Amino acid sequence: MSTDYSVEAPVVAGRLSLAEIEELVARPLDTKPDKKFFIALSVSLTALLIGATCLLYTFYYGIGMWGNNQPVGWGFGIVNFVFWVGIGHAGTLISAILFLLRQRWRTGIARFAEAMTIFAVMCAGIFPIIHTGRPWLAGYLTPYPNQHGLWVNFTSPLVWDVFAVSVYFTVSLVFWYTGLIPDFATLRDRTKSKIKKTIYSIFSLGWRHSSRHWLHYEKAYVILAGFATPLVLSVHTIVSFDFAVSILPGWHTTIFPPYFVAGAIFSGFAMVVTVLVFVRKIFDLQNIITIDHLEKMNKVILATGMMVGYSYGMEFFIAWYSGNPVEQFVFINRAFGPYAWAYWTMVSCNVLIPQFFWFKKIRRSVPVMMVIVILVNVGMWFERFVIIVTSLHRDFLPSSWGMFVPTLYDLGILLGSFGLFFTLVILFTKALPVVSISEIKAVADGAQPDHHGGNHNG
Amino acid sequence: MADKKIFGIVSLFKDPNAIISAAKKVASAGFTNWDVNSPYPLHGIDKAMKIKPSKLGIVTLIFGLSGVVLALLLMWWTMSVDYPMVIGGKPYFSLPAFIPVTFEITVILATVSTVVAMFAFFFGLPRNAHALHDTDYMKKVSLDHYGIVIEAIDPKFDEKSTMDLLNNLSPLTTEIIYYPEKETYPIFEPRFLALLFGVAVAVSLGTYLMLNKLMYIQPFNWMDKQAKITVQSRSDFFNDGRGMRLPVEGTVARGFIPYPFEDQKNPTEVLSNPSFPTIENLELGKSKFLTYCSPCHGNFGDGDSRLQGQFPNPPTLHSDRARSFPDGMIYHIITVGQNAMPSYASQVNREERWAIVNYIRALQRAKNAQDSDIKFVKAE
Repeated sequence: MSTDYSVEAPVVAGRLSLAEIEELVARPLDTKPDKKFFIALSVSLTALLIGATCLLYTFYYGIGMWGNNQPVGWGFGIVNFVFWVGIGHAGTLISAILFLLRQRWRTGIARFAEAMTIFAVMCAGIFPIIHTGRPWLAGYLTPYPNQHGLWVNFTSPLVWDVFAVSVYFTVSLVFWYTGLIPDFATLRDRTKSKIKKTIYSIFSLGWRHSSRHWLHYEKAYVILAGFATPLVLSVHTIVSFDFAVSILPGWHTTIFPPYFVAGAIFSGFAMVVTVLVFVRKIFDLQNIITIDHLEKMNKVILATGMMVGYSYGMEFFIAWYSGNPVEQFVFINRAFGPYAWAYWTMVSCNVLIPQFFWFKKIRRSVPVMMVIVILVNVGMWFERFVIIVTSLHRDFLPSSWGMFVPTLYDLGILLGSFGLFFTLVILFTKALPVVSISEIKAVADGAQPDHHGGNHNG
Repeated sequence: MADKKIFGIVSLFKDPNAIISAAKKVASAGFTNWDVNSPYPLHGIDKAMKIKPSKLGIVTLIFGLSGVVLALLLMWWTMSVDYPMVIGGKPYFSLPAFIPVTFEITVILATVSTVVAMFAFFFGLPRNAHALHDTDYMKKVSLDHYGIVIEAIDPKFDEKSTMDLLNNLSPLTTEIIYYPEKETYPIFEPRFLALLFGVAVAVSLGTYLMLNKLMYIQPFNWMDKQAKITVQSRSDFFNDGRGMRLPVEGTVARGFIPYPFEDQKNPTEVLSNPSFPTIENLELGKSKFLTYCSPCHGNFGDGDSRLQGQFPNPPTLHSDRARSFPDGMIYHIITVGQNAMPSYASQVNREERWAIVNYIRALQRAKNAQDSDIKFVKAE
């Protein structure tokens, strides 16, 4: 198959007119939800309810309901936190880094990925707070003048985490809302319902599609993307500092920041593909979220999967090369100790399975990629489990070794976080345009004047 | 229609190339209060309209730099001025550890200020009362048309000549936009005010319940109630019903050896001073004397109480009687008390009592110094 790389492939397939694009994206917002929507919503709400019940038990009886113990003080709470923060990295990567790299294909998936970022960070934010055991005291994590005369310890990675995650959430939300404003204006002008018109008017802030505004707006978008890029890299770096700054063998390694960031992009893209496959099918968006999009994302998954695989190998190499017997023991224990099953699940899901993406047929086959990306999600959850549990359960002193076994409440809260995530995603698909209408119109064929530079075939 | 106020004249186009050439012509006609509306940003429209590049970056720079300064100031002040604490043996102001928080605060201030400045100050949004809203023109440019609007406030605006200018650009349609007769979203509409009031009441009630009720209901008992037996609490486990156990008869606590001469008038035969009046010992005695004895006995033992008659003044310690007491007698008086003076056994321990005795002896000698003493001091 020969491809002419000198001509940029069209971003929107099927030669849709601007009005058709808008109709396609806005249709789910104008129609009543069907039966499938309610079935999906009830499944995710059930999961959310199970999680909420387990959380209520945890609040009432305390953290003792979980499997956490001495020496494994960081159990599912932190595993799930790192997992969800990682999921949240794909959105900003797509919307900011690919924007700065002028990857025009990002327009079709950016809005959805950003929404997933926000929902994933919401899921992530719950875990450290409930992990403290007294979630109603979470306000003490912020530095504010108080009667105790106390301040937070600004040199602690756990405080950096509070700043990193909350700033990441806020900036993602601002970025997302800024992108939504022109779309709210478009929806305001096309809707016939008075209530909807009022709501859209409020959220569109009275946007008028003015060219004088677009000029500043595009500038602001570049500035936001410029800040979001180092921010997204900093967030998982800081999360990895929670581990790397400690002196525990298995955590105390300098490879952690790049390793965590690669893993975050890996798992985030896998989650975005998982959800997009359903969304493009259900809402008939195959022309906007094309198979080319999915193929490009699969390539990113393959690349980041190999970075993660390299990190796994490098950790073992450094353990051997350091000559530190405690470090060496931790890694041998990781691969051949009582949690070897988790380690090998992680290696096969994260390193071996994505290798199938070397084949173009598999990259472009929706059912096969579905299986692979779900396995990648499983593998990335196990990666955090392996890092946290196997490092903690056997450290320096054999007399203080132990085992971690999750309880039903741990599993219920994990299920609940998936319930929360998918409930928000499902509600989002019916409440807001899942693709940026103004951005996708701008990259459609013939949408831009051809008087100077740019696309000469339009 | 003559009584209506004109907002401006608008023209619609369907082709992106047409709007660019139209914009160029309107710009060269010298208008200032005019605009191009398009459903998405058009490439090259800024050059066609002759608009200067955005200065939004200045806001970002100012707020970003203040983020850096504010974050570092906050961390410097809290960690090295207000509550300095050594953490991990690092300096109070340890810059490498402050970089993550500095970065995050810089990012949040820079991005949020950029967006707020753009919408609120550059655009003057939110503004839902603009004359262009709810017009066919706005509905078209929102979807797939491109439009030019020339506002009536422009100094070059003239209803007829402007209309001709726009018609010469061969647009799809051209029409006059009037200001709406009544506000679409009046702010004093009763229903809106009622909504605001309702929201205010709900938020206040919610906050009150949250902070004053919810925070204190079970299970958030703030560790007030615990299963353990506390000092004065009752327990049915023991026959006597006490939660706290009494020590076994004859138990002696460490450092609290009983004083066996409590009832004796003069136990001096067996009580001899075990400590030497070294400099450290006298310093200890001085500090204890000044704390416990001097309020009544005076700083130099003259019996000049500082209590201003609220308590009977004790006699001077420099009388012949007091000076002739053996060390053990003074020790005995401190331990069990005498006349109005209570026992000081629970305030000063045995070593300190003997140190006070030595200090009193030093005071007595200093108050009644002989010539030989002065010679001795001078010799030193």
